[in-house]
Amino acid sequence: MDKKNIIICRCEDVTLQHIHDLLEQGYTSFEDMKRLCRIGMGPCQANTCGHLAQREIARHLNVPVESVPVHKIRPLIMGVPLKALTEDDVHES
Amino acid sequence: MKADIVIIGAGISGASIAYHLADKGATNIHVIDKSYLTSGATGRCGAGVRQQWATKMNCLLAKASIDFFEKAAEILEYPGDLEFKQEGYLIVATTAAEEAQFAKNVQLQNSLGIPSRQLSKQEALAIVPHLNPDAFLSATFCQTDGHLSPFKMTEAYMLAAKKRGVRFSFFEEVVAIETDKGRIKAVVTDKHRYETSIVINAAGGYAAEIGQMAGIDIPVYSENHEILATEPVEKMQGPMVISFSKNIYCQQVPHGSFLMGRSDPTVEKGHDINSTWTFLRAMAKTATELLPVLGNLRVVRQWGGSYNMSPDRQPIISGTEDLKGFYMACGFSGHGFMLAPVTGQLISELVLGEKPSFETEPLSLTRFKNQEDVHIEQSVV
Repeated sequence: MDKKNIIICRCEDVTLQHIHDLLEQGYTSFEDMKRLCRIGMGPCQANTCGHLAQREIARHLNVPVESVPVHKIRPLIMGVPLKALTEDDVHES
Repeated sequence: MKADIVIIGAGISGASIAYHLADKGATNIHVIDKSYLTSGATGRCGAGVRQQWATKMNCLLAKASIDFFEKAAEILEYPGDLEFKQEGYLIVATTAAEEAQFAKNVQLQNSLGIPSRQLSKQEALAIVPHLNPDAFLSATFCQTDGHLSPFKMTEAYMLAAKKRGVRFSFFEEVVAIETDKGRIKAVVTDKHRYETSIVINAAGGYAAEIGQMAGIDIPVYSENHEILATEPVEKMQGPMVISFSKNIYCQQVPHGSFLMGRSDPTVEKGHDINSTWTFLRAMAKTATELLPVLGNLRVVRQWGGSYNMSPDRQPIISGTEDLKGFYMACGFSGHGFMLAPVTGQLISELVLGEKPSFETEPLSLTRFKNQEDVHIEQSVV
């Protein structure tokens, strides 16, 4: 199958071809890739693509997959509308 | 290993410095970064570039930087997209005092060739219709301010520098700087020792620590500034909207997401860059008050990054009499990204002994010796 048609990050439409291009250019950490092609920056926050990219990096570097750092996990766990965050919280001291 | 010049930090400042030095013919330059590309403040910044400042020096530096950004892709022959847009910064005034200050700022900016202007509330609403008309009095606007991708811009400098022979090492941390009789002798990392006579401290949030390694006291410290990104939506806001009094900056980037940030006046000095619930809540309240329709957008991610603060909120771009061969570009106080072109230009001039393009005394390390005379830039979020 054409690597241009294999979607790795479905939130940001990043393909396997993008990932392999970046690896060829020497960008071999997920954090580099994220900043250059937006992989993992969408609503699911790399929950889907993070481990797929990790596997591709491991293959490229020829190292065990567990030795490749996973993506940095940032809050929030899921999207929350800004206005919901303004509501008064009775538990707040 | 031997190097003619070692640059510590491969963020936007280090990458720009490397490019400018190499472009002028300097050779054997090595840039060292302790983590991945734009892992520090550069990759965490709000991605805005503006010229609307309240001090003459910041105005001049910012204008020259925008002039460079306008031609950057061409000059650096960058194959990607820098995501540069010039749809302005709209700075809203919410108090009479702010309006008066902004009138002075615009006068200063115009006298230096920056095309900013004061807008009535109605004129501001014509540019950003979703502003809450009850939340501000008037605004200033400069069309040529805008947005640029920090990642792509840094990569562009890096690739152009590499093409000119500069070497970059990532995931390598500087642990010591050796000196001998007031001169730089070597830089020691966790992997190598580089014999060199010139070191440039572009370490961003860790500039003070690098200074300590060289025995130079740099009066800067770091503090956490938080930011968030929303889901992307169709284009609805051209300019960056900021308010100093309401403590917010907020822009829609070309990708469609909104980025917004604010300062926490109670934040402690240090290297913490964690995300907090306090920020999220305060940011949501401020954003929905000033730009109510944004309340419908989902926050997908929040993060923090270091502002490297100087006593007068203006950068330190300087050498030092106390240690020959040691230069620094730090203390940008949250605005190192947008000033990077002049940072690279000025440091390259200082290092190569050329006549500086700008007056360097107001940027020097020695300016803080007369502490009573510190004039603080107020136009900072």
